[in-house]
Amino acid sequence: MKFSAQSKAFALLLSVGLVAGCSSTGGPTEDGEYGSDVGAVDQEGGSTVYGGDDQGGVSSSAMTEEERMAAREQAEQAALREVTVFYFDFDTAEIKPEARDVLVAHARYLANNPGQNVRLEGHADERGSKEYNLALGERRANAVQRFLIVNGASRGQLETVSYGEEKPAVMGSSESAWAQNRRVELVFE
Amino acid sequence: MTQRIWYKPSKTLLTAITLVFVMVTGVRAELLIRITEGADSAIPVSVVPFAESGQMPAGDTVASIVQADLAMSGEFRTLPPEKMLSLPSRREEVYFRDWRLLGQRYVLVGSLTRSGDRVQARYELFDVNREERILGETAAAPASNMRSLAHHISDKVYESITGVPGVFSTQLAFVTLDSANGKPRYRLQVSDVDGKRARIRLESQEPILSPAWSPDGKRLAYVSFETGKPVIFVHELATGKRSKVADFPGLNSAPAWSDDGRSLLMTLSKDGNAEIYRMDLDTSQLTKLTNHWAIDTEANWDARGEGIFFTSDRSGGPQIYYMAEPGAEPRRITFGSRYNARPRAGSKGEFVYYVHQRGSAFHIARTDLETGEETILTRTESDESPSVAPNGRMLIYATDQNGTSVLTVISSDGGAAYSLPGSEGEVRDPVWGPLVR
Repeated sequence: MKFSAQSKAFALLLSVGLVAGCSSTGGPTEDGEYGSDVGAVDQEGGSTVYGGDDQGGVSSSAMTEEERMAAREQAEQAALREVTVFYFDFDTAEIKPEARDVLVAHARYLANNPGQNVRLEGHADERGSKEYNLALGERRANAVQRFLIVNGASRGQLETVSYGEEKPAVMGSSESAWAQNRRVELVFE
Repeated sequence: MTQRIWYKPSKTLLTAITLVFVMVTGVRAELLIRITEGADSAIPVSVVPFAESGQMPAGDTVASIVQADLAMSGEFRTLPPEKMLSLPSRREEVYFRDWRLLGQRYVLVGSLTRSGDRVQARYELFDVNREERILGETAAAPASNMRSLAHHISDKVYESITGVPGVFSTQLAFVTLDSANGKPRYRLQVSDVDGKRARIRLESQEPILSPAWSPDGKRLAYVSFETGKPVIFVHELATGKRSKVADFPGLNSAPAWSDDGRSLLMTLSKDGNAEIYRMDLDTSQLTKLTNHWAIDTEANWDARGEGIFFTSDRSGGPQIYYMAEPGAEPRRITFGSRYNARPRAGSKGEFVYYVHQRGSAFHIARTDLETGEETILTRTESDESPSVAPNGRMLIYATDQNGTSVLTVISSDGGAAYSLPGSEGEVRDPVWGPLVR
């Protein structure tokens, strides 16, 4: 099964919104595949208080509303950042439109956390030649690196490495396996 | 260790060989030889079992190894001993009429004599039509080294008939990938050209790529990820001594030796983008040979050691380019499809061989450098890593047959020859060693 970065982010946003609205104490979402633990999201937002009161929806001050917006924004950003794998078309290193919001969220987070480093691991599918694929994996990692830098991350936080076709995410020789193997993975250190 | 040879004649009575590559625990790998299909023009040759005096070592006989060598070239069709009308071991016993009756063009006879730790072979090759002896020699080897003795005889026979040096005494290097304790296990191996006597030279949980033989056959350069990123090593086979020759930021990959063994072409991305460099191995000094925003990689010297073939995607997709001398303006060689990569020069300079995409399949193809004519050589569909034999008559590559990873040898004009399938895991990156006299 393969989900695009966009659909993953969307699913996460849905689940975050749902949980925040219900003032859940937090826990894994229904789909454990994403590992999205809303408790963690709330901690990052710095707020676990809204919920029951808000369901009345009447008596929030302007201040509270602002805080709430900020918290929501942060929760959304964190949810976007749950996506750390970005996919590419055959023999290209072009970042797909649906990956952009997620990468912008990562870039902002890195800008706000200068001590955080990330390794960008570039990969290719098994087709074609190994050495060319090694260079292609690097080009993909470099494309993500440039995007993150343009959006606020600093070069010193980012390290790239290409594994070419050597470390497939999915074994097999099908279109679906290949699509999941042409990727850049962000590994936070 | 088992070895069996079976013959399965196809409708057209063509023969080719499949070497079944069986990984066993420990340092040795094991092969079974299967002959299934071959070239139309194969020359009929009989290798008569050699007479023996004295105790011979157990294992494959010299004649059976010679027979398998000749068959694997795709240029010969060998007669099984059980179909022979007599088993001569010297000239006086050869009745040419019998061999003509069997449709044979050449007959090899011989005898082995043990003295102490050594075995001496005396062998003669006859042209059946002319009723002439065209080769008569003796050779000796330690009794523990019958395979080398047999490959030597194969080389002599091959050269007498074709006029081209045989390559049966050369070696292959390749990488296998399987798993051990749930972790990947990459192993760089060196074997005889028939896949026998495989020895593991390096084992790693991280990828090993792109082995390349030094021209004297004593060293291998390769890419190892053992430090977490691609780094080029040079490995001395006799001593196991290794040295890191390129460990720059980014890619260090695609090593290729110069004819004098003193420099390596390599791909580095230390300046931000994959470019081709030449490194002098004595001084570690680098000369940058390409300078382009595109990927430039997989450099390989031409047959004369003067010009360089390489892969570049400067046209939008990977294609083969040629620079007439290091640093010269590259000329594009391939136009036939949107993906052509990993060039390897033929030994005489007429052809360049490479991976070629056609539809969804990846084949090995060659281009005639004079006419520009492109020929697809393989029917398999996920082909990688062509490597040309040092006599230019055969080519080995990695592919996939029915879900099994195999090494396949074809004659350099595309006739089928033989495969070495990995029974477990994958076998990849084959590279044919040099002729060492």
